[in-house]
Amino acid sequence: MTLILAVFLVCFYLPVGVKRFDNAVMESLYLVKWYAQEHVLLCLVPAFFIAGAISVFVSQASVMKYLGAKANKTLAYGVASVSGAILAVCSCTVLPLFAGIYRMGAGLGPATAFLYSGPAINVLAIILTARILGLELGIARAVGAIVFSVIIGLIMHFIYRKEEIEKANGQMNMPEPEVRRPLWQNALFFAVMIGVLVFANWGASNDFMFKTTDGSTIRAAVLKAPEHGSSLTGSYTVKVLDGVQKGQELDLPVESVIEKTPVAGMWTTIWSHKWAITGVFAAALGIIFVLWFGIEWWKVVVTAIPVVILALALPMEGMMVMIPFTIAVIGISWMTVTSKGEAEEWFSSTWGFAKQILPLLFFGVIVAGALLGRPGHEGLIPNRWVEWAVGGNSLRANLLSSVAGAFMYFATLTEVPILQGLIGSGMGKGPALALLLAGPALSLPSMLVLRSIMGTQKTVVYVSLVIIMSTITGMFFGAFF
Amino acid sequence: MKKIQILGTGCPKCKALTQNAETAAKEMGIECQVEKVTDINEIMKFGVMMTPALVVDGQVKVVGKVLSPEQIKAML
Repeated sequence: MTLILAVFLVCFYLPVGVKRFDNAVMESLYLVKWYAQEHVLLCLVPAFFIAGAISVFVSQASVMKYLGAKANKTLAYGVASVSGAILAVCSCTVLPLFAGIYRMGAGLGPATAFLYSGPAINVLAIILTARILGLELGIARAVGAIVFSVIIGLIMHFIYRKEEIEKANGQMNMPEPEVRRPLWQNALFFAVMIGVLVFANWGASNDFMFKTTDGSTIRAAVLKAPEHGSSLTGSYTVKVLDGVQKGQELDLPVESVIEKTPVAGMWTTIWSHKWAITGVFAAALGIIFVLWFGIEWWKVVVTAIPVVILALALPMEGMMVMIPFTIAVIGISWMTVTSKGEAEEWFSSTWGFAKQILPLLFFGVIVAGALLGRPGHEGLIPNRWVEWAVGGNSLRANLLSSVAGAFMYFATLTEVPILQGLIGSGMGKGPALALLLAGPALSLPSMLVLRSIMGTQKTVVYVSLVIIMSTITGMFFGAFF
Repeated sequence: MKKIQILGTGCPKCKALTQNAETAAKEMGIECQVEKVTDINEIMKFGVMMTPALVVDGQVKVVGKVLSPEQIKAML
């Protein structure tokens, strides 16, 4: 009854027609569409396959032996700070691993290092951050997380150096490392998959020659392009890169632009051949499947034929590229599902990730779109609030976003659309990094679990350290970029 | 009477393993008690760091993997 009443009241007072609300609904739909068109197929799907492969083909046990009780301490810090990329593919595995390293393994220092860097450097997070928020923020997030995890680990170790915890009885129980193929084969396999991911997503360099109707040519970078699908109206906002007007921002209406060509250079050359390069990597992947994974060769050929024909027949631009790419993905799914052993396991863990993460990301995008809008548009929350709170690069802005990030719970990967919205509404890059560093590493629920593992005092110290470190990193980053 | 324990903090994989274990036990028709261990300190006492894990009669059988009901049957 209460529920019905509540729903009725919400419907009754539904602010349809209020401009800000209508806008927000449209914004969230636009954002979902943009993600679906630009990111899911080319970026997320390969990323899921890579994450799935990591969890099946990389032996976690062989990493954990460097974090055991008898491990070399210096090495343990190093391994702990980077192993999140392999061990913590899913955020729910971080806490048990942390507790294990703390209780049974290398101790508090390496355990904290692992806890801090793990969620920030898992492959999916890095790939999506670099893709949507920009390469520099993606790299800064990974490097910042690794460096600061070691520092936080060392500080924690130093503060509690006198304290010996009673090690939990019982040895670490890890699955036996199964050596199924030599390391170089695995390395090559991952390199090829990452090759597909990188080149399929190779963006055009933002450096164009514009020929306009008044006869002039301008070399400029596009700051804002006309809306997708409306190529006849609107205008380009560009920043001039060359000549007398260098550094100025211009508005070029679409009608006045006769021709827009990318300026030649290494980046552009790779871009114009990106599908050929991706194709070579894909072919290599097919060969690896047959030789090392025991997938029947005819299945690979059956998949490859339509992909190659379509890739050659269709213009490889715009939405058309999705067709051969999708067929290739379906083909790979089919050949891994129908084979036995590790190939099948690979697909099922890939599917597991997709099933777990996509719904979260979907709601994350919807909510972020409604509240914050796309970059350049407003959602429910006015831009000036965001600008007031976390704009610029002041100590206050950085601290505020670290604290907010530390307490807020981000489901896997949803920090990315949320940050995208915040940055679009005026958040500074420094505070953005601070939020990225403090956010996924901590949340109120995880603090409570941490408290049960290592006590209140250590948890408070750890949380404060994370907030301080993230604030400092944010300020540094904001000052330079 | 067998005692099956599933160690896991409540992630989707742990739930999947619990379900598979129940199916396996039911299909084999053996009497058993399935218990979920969610407290992280309890999980540590088994020496397990990668969840989900399957424990049969106090013995850790599998760590960090979701097994199919068929695979679990072989362990009961």
